[in-house]
Amino acid sequence: MGYQFTKAEAERMFEKWGSQYDVFAPKLMEGEGCFSDTDVVRYGKVTSLDEIVWDRKSDYSLKEVLLAINETLFYFTEDKTTVPEGPQKDILIFLRSCDLCAVQRLDEIYLKNGYEDFYYARVRKRVKFILMGCKTSCASGFCVSMGTNQARQYDAYVKVDNTQKVVYADIKDKVLKAFVEGGKEIEVTPDYVTENVEKVNLPKNLSNKSFENTIWQEYGDRCIGCGRCNFACPTCTCFTMQDIFYKENAKVGERRRVWASCQVDGYTDMAGGHSYRKTQGERLRFKVMHKIYDFEKRFGYPMCVGCGRCDDICPEYISFSNCVNRLTKEEAEHEK
Amino acid sequence: MGMDINTKKLKKNAFRVSKERGIGASRIRVPGGYLDAKILGMVQEIAETYGNGYVHLTTRQGFEIEGIHLEDMEQINQKLQPIIEMLEINQTDPNTGYPASGTRNISACIGNNVCPFANYNTAKLAKRIEKEVFPNDLHFKIACTGCSNDCAKVRMHDFGIIGMTLPQYDPGRCVNCQACVKGCKSLSVNALRVENYKIVRDEEKCIGCGVCITKCPTRALTRSKKKYYKLTIMGRSGKKNPRLGEDFLVWADEDNIVKIICNTYRFVEKYISPSAPARKEHVGYIIDRVGFEEYKKWALEGVELLPETIVKECVYWSGIHFD
Repeated sequence: MGYQFTKAEAERMFEKWGSQYDVFAPKLMEGEGCFSDTDVVRYGKVTSLDEIVWDRKSDYSLKEVLLAINETLFYFTEDKTTVPEGPQKDILIFLRSCDLCAVQRLDEIYLKNGYEDFYYARVRKRVKFILMGCKTSCASGFCVSMGTNQARQYDAYVKVDNTQKVVYADIKDKVLKAFVEGGKEIEVTPDYVTENVEKVNLPKNLSNKSFENTIWQEYGDRCIGCGRCNFACPTCTCFTMQDIFYKENAKVGERRRVWASCQVDGYTDMAGGHSYRKTQGERLRFKVMHKIYDFEKRFGYPMCVGCGRCDDICPEYISFSNCVNRLTKEEAEHEK
Repeated sequence: MGMDINTKKLKKNAFRVSKERGIGASRIRVPGGYLDAKILGMVQEIAETYGNGYVHLTTRQGFEIEGIHLEDMEQINQKLQPIIEMLEINQTDPNTGYPASGTRNISACIGNNVCPFANYNTAKLAKRIEKEVFPNDLHFKIACTGCSNDCAKVRMHDFGIIGMTLPQYDPGRCVNCQACVKGCKSLSVNALRVENYKIVRDEEKCIGCGVCITKCPTRALTRSKKKYYKLTIMGRSGKKNPRLGEDFLVWADEDNIVKIICNTYRFVEKYISPSAPARKEHVGYIIDRVGFEEYKKWALEGVELLPETIVKECVYWSGIHFD
């Protein structure tokens, strides 16, 4: 059901949502950017619509709300382990179409890929999604190419009008709808883009020969292995384990799982000191192939949602979208 | 008619007497080395109308228009007026050029307008200091640099201001990639280590350069809301005892640094040698003569430092002695 609210009516509804839910949305973290006097937009708890950054894409994705960067799996003492409590409140997440499509990928990995992940599931079950539309395309995104420009699996859609006076909403979820007071019932359809500046064509018939492609060496020479592309990506799901023995008493501690990056040293280290994918080129190849090829082979659709965050955040200006297009172009030339 | 010119006045008016009789140079100060590109056109016009068409980019980030005829100084001062106004230089009488030249242009590295390493807007601070200290005939050299790389060579100045930031660490965002640890080791002072997969910063060692923050891929390390500065004092080049400036304050704030600089002018007014030619005795030599303890008393007058500011109890300088 669609509504047109005054800003005040919408804020009142938001406040009521806030009493029931922890609301996470892209937020401006002033001065917390990489460089002096720069900001970063990332997910945080918000208490009003004004706190949400509507006019630009978040630098980091919603992923960290569903999948903590550091998650304690259990605490251990000499004879016991204790699993920490999950979230106490239900959760609302404001997100864009590309990110909502990314949630489908996260679910695929953590819920449908064999056993259900206990920690992910207990958060995920409490979450409802509020779609933020995209009136115009962001500069680096290629959601249209990836078919992620229009997500329909939202619980509600909220749009604050440019004048900041009117709020449009399409509220599908019954629980969220119960909080509606006032407003005018109208037809509301989410804004979505039908064209991006960046267009990506995925290669269709990659063979093992692509391993020898010189572009891996070329990008590998430029890559510094910082992992920003992975950490900003809404679909990267890898983690590593850390066992911490408290300094004051090493018989007590905790086991954590922590985000990991396939670009950072140590990712493929194994017992005995062996490590495959030693060069950045190999690591980059692995990442690109996973996003546009390997995942699809297994689950039937590509992993990448085309949000473009990896391009935006790379300090060495390595463009994932350009890399994919180059692969496709070379493939086409080989086939001639 | 012979050329009758008060060269002392000329020099204070930011002109220079050159090797060639009747020919001088006009010096334009550009605080922070930061200017509207339109000014370049104005400088060009003066150089082509009154000079020999050549301009020297001075070591202190000003312009020196060569080959001007000393009898044209008044007209040149008229032409300098829009430049002086655009750069917001303190002036006593319009159209009379620069009212002093002893306190030199406040120079700066490019700062955080552009540089990823810089911890503050150096041009802005240079302008602020310029506003506070100029015009003054006393010979002072002050420079601002964005980080401990000290590209502005501020340790060669009476006052050097080095940008610092106090790293803020959120262990909940840290993935133990160790980019900060490696960055600090290779580019800075190796002040970071890992304990139980988390970062520990050696506070004694850390110089607040901010390298770790620029390396962090997850925003686990961010800059402090407060901007901090290191104040180095009494560096100098010159014929007698060239030496690098030494740290006086570490983790200091901008307001107190400005206050200390202003206090130092009062100290020099009090202790400058009456026999100094053209009242040109360098502040560093005055401190050498009067003693650091006395200087410190004057410098810190009315200064309430932040609790985190480290003040060096005593400062010793080395350098080469030719005197």
